[in-house]
Amino acid sequence: MDSKLAIAKSEPIWNTNNRVISILAGLIILLFALPLFGMNSFYLHLFIMIFMHAVMAQSWNVIAGFSGQISLGHGAFFGIGAYATSFFYMEYGITPWISIFFGMFVSAIFAVLIGIPMLRLSGHYFAIATLLIGISFQVVFQRWDLVGAASGLWVTMTPEDSWSALQFHSSKAPYYYVFLIFFLITFFLVWLLSRSKLGYRLRAVRDDPQAALSLCINVSNYKIIAYVISAMIMAPMGSLFAQYILIIDPDRVFNIEISIIVLLITVLGGIGNVWGPIIGAAILVPISEYSRIYLGGTGGAVDLIFYGLILMIICIFRPNGLISFIPKDILERKKQR
Amino acid sequence: MTSEIIIQAIVTGLMMGLIYALIAAGLSLIFGLMEIVNFAHGEHLMLSMFSSFWLWSLFGLDPLFSIPITILLLAFCGIITHYFLIRYILKAKMLIQICATFGLSIFIRSIAQLLWTPDFRNVDKPLLEGRIEIGSVFIGQPQLYASLVCLVAFFGLYWFVTKTETGLALQATAQDRHAAEILGIPSNKMFAIGWAIGLGCVGVAGGMMANYFFIFTDVGINFALFAFVAVALGGFGSIIGCLYAGIIIGLVESLGGLLIDPSFKLLYVFAIYLLVVIYKPQGLFGRY
Repeated sequence: MDSKLAIAKSEPIWNTNNRVISILAGLIILLFALPLFGMNSFYLHLFIMIFMHAVMAQSWNVIAGFSGQISLGHGAFFGIGAYATSFFYMEYGITPWISIFFGMFVSAIFAVLIGIPMLRLSGHYFAIATLLIGISFQVVFQRWDLVGAASGLWVTMTPEDSWSALQFHSSKAPYYYVFLIFFLITFFLVWLLSRSKLGYRLRAVRDDPQAALSLCINVSNYKIIAYVISAMIMAPMGSLFAQYILIIDPDRVFNIEISIIVLLITVLGGIGNVWGPIIGAAILVPISEYSRIYLGGTGGAVDLIFYGLILMIICIFRPNGLISFIPKDILERKKQR
Repeated sequence: MTSEIIIQAIVTGLMMGLIYALIAAGLSLIFGLMEIVNFAHGEHLMLSMFSSFWLWSLFGLDPLFSIPITILLLAFCGIITHYFLIRYILKAKMLIQICATFGLSIFIRSIAQLLWTPDFRNVDKPLLEGRIEIGSVFIGQPQLYASLVCLVAFFGLYWFVTKTETGLALQATAQDRHAAEILGIPSNKMFAIGWAIGLGCVGVAGGMMANYFFIFTDVGINFALFAFVAVALGGFGSIIGCLYAGIIIGLVESLGGLLIDPSFKLLYVFAIYLLVVIYKPQGLFGRY
């Protein structure tokens, strides 16, 4: 009980440290201004990838960090989002701005369908089921002719930059702003979530399901809600990624590496903490992009060796992630008196 | 579709099922002992197949004779895994335990990919070759002997766990590790033994499969998934449950592949898993 009291005390409800707020505001303005300083396209790409991975990891953080259920196949929702926009744009000419919501909707439905049987039980069942789901989606999409089977979808390119088709060929800056805005919205919403009643109930479910149950919290329903929210955060990133690279195939968007990296970023940064995924993404994405440049073709396997090693080391020595190195009073509200 | 084809599919399914059963038994033993699911189980299977392959290609040792070496190597690997990783996460949250073994699986698989490239390999002209023909049903000799050896190993494991003193100590630790420690059973040693035996089972299965299966770095993923499902179906922690569950999965896999479409066999197994979780979450022989 003591530890929970301590947690409740250490997390201010609203009036966060003024210094932190001003630093955050400054950072956000800086992020908006960055492309104006003439960054080359590699750095734009790097930042886009950081934003994307931070949001993806945040999505995983909602289900794993807040409600304590491990999903090992989160790439499935990423792929659904990617296929939703590309498919509807190519077949019916629907603008990605609308089909992003199709992707979110389909992901949410799948999350409910998977969540209802699996989340009633202890976490191992769910982890195994999600591992199966991640691979099953890849297998199904590899053989589904309607969506291009194994060769995937090549989104028809617009002749010029177009906001309605969400395609920009001359510069990466518009993509940068789109990803940045999604990133800010997601983090703001998750931050609100973590401070809302729902957020506290989810953490109660994670820390002590039986105590939560005795307080009339429907444990399995809350886990399903967390899973649905998590899926709905993941899907738009898939959609935007598809618009960014414009060629999608099952091996790329349903790759198990996506499921691995969201898990790794969150665990590295700090699981269950809203700011953990940013830290994880800001560290890991540059490492992976630079290793891809310097190690070339063999980068994939070397990356993964490194990821696996970090994951084990973090689990053994710092289960709360890198964010636990930051002294608590910086994140806390200013000391009274 | 004649009855011979169906009988053929049933026989194939049975033989695969016995192999799944032994792999799952190792997983189940480890889970029953310390409530940790070894998500690197498939990678350990891959290691055992590669150990068999390299013993054959470097020293010309037939996979049949290298099985004891493979078992010892894998048991050693299990003790190392326990000593360097599992020991530290015994008391951690389940979340961390899953992440740690998942990290181990990524690590082993990608190191293997770096060292041995993702090429497909196979053992050329092993001692066990050819096939037996019964009526119009063909049975591959290596498959037949692999499944028989797995069955024997399975009952050996069962006898060991239920009849020998060490086995009983393992069971005691599984039931209540603190009570067992009071009675002088060192739980840390039992965990190491559990890992050694659990991965030893994988060594048997992998060593026998090296006779006829393609050997590549991703080979373990499907087997591990089937083993996870078998453990859930048989009941987490139940060893005898794995035998039935493994056979059921083998049959569903081969009959589903025959009657519907072989490329979706993962989905049939997934369907069984869903059914189990919905209707009988404690599994066929679960203790919960």
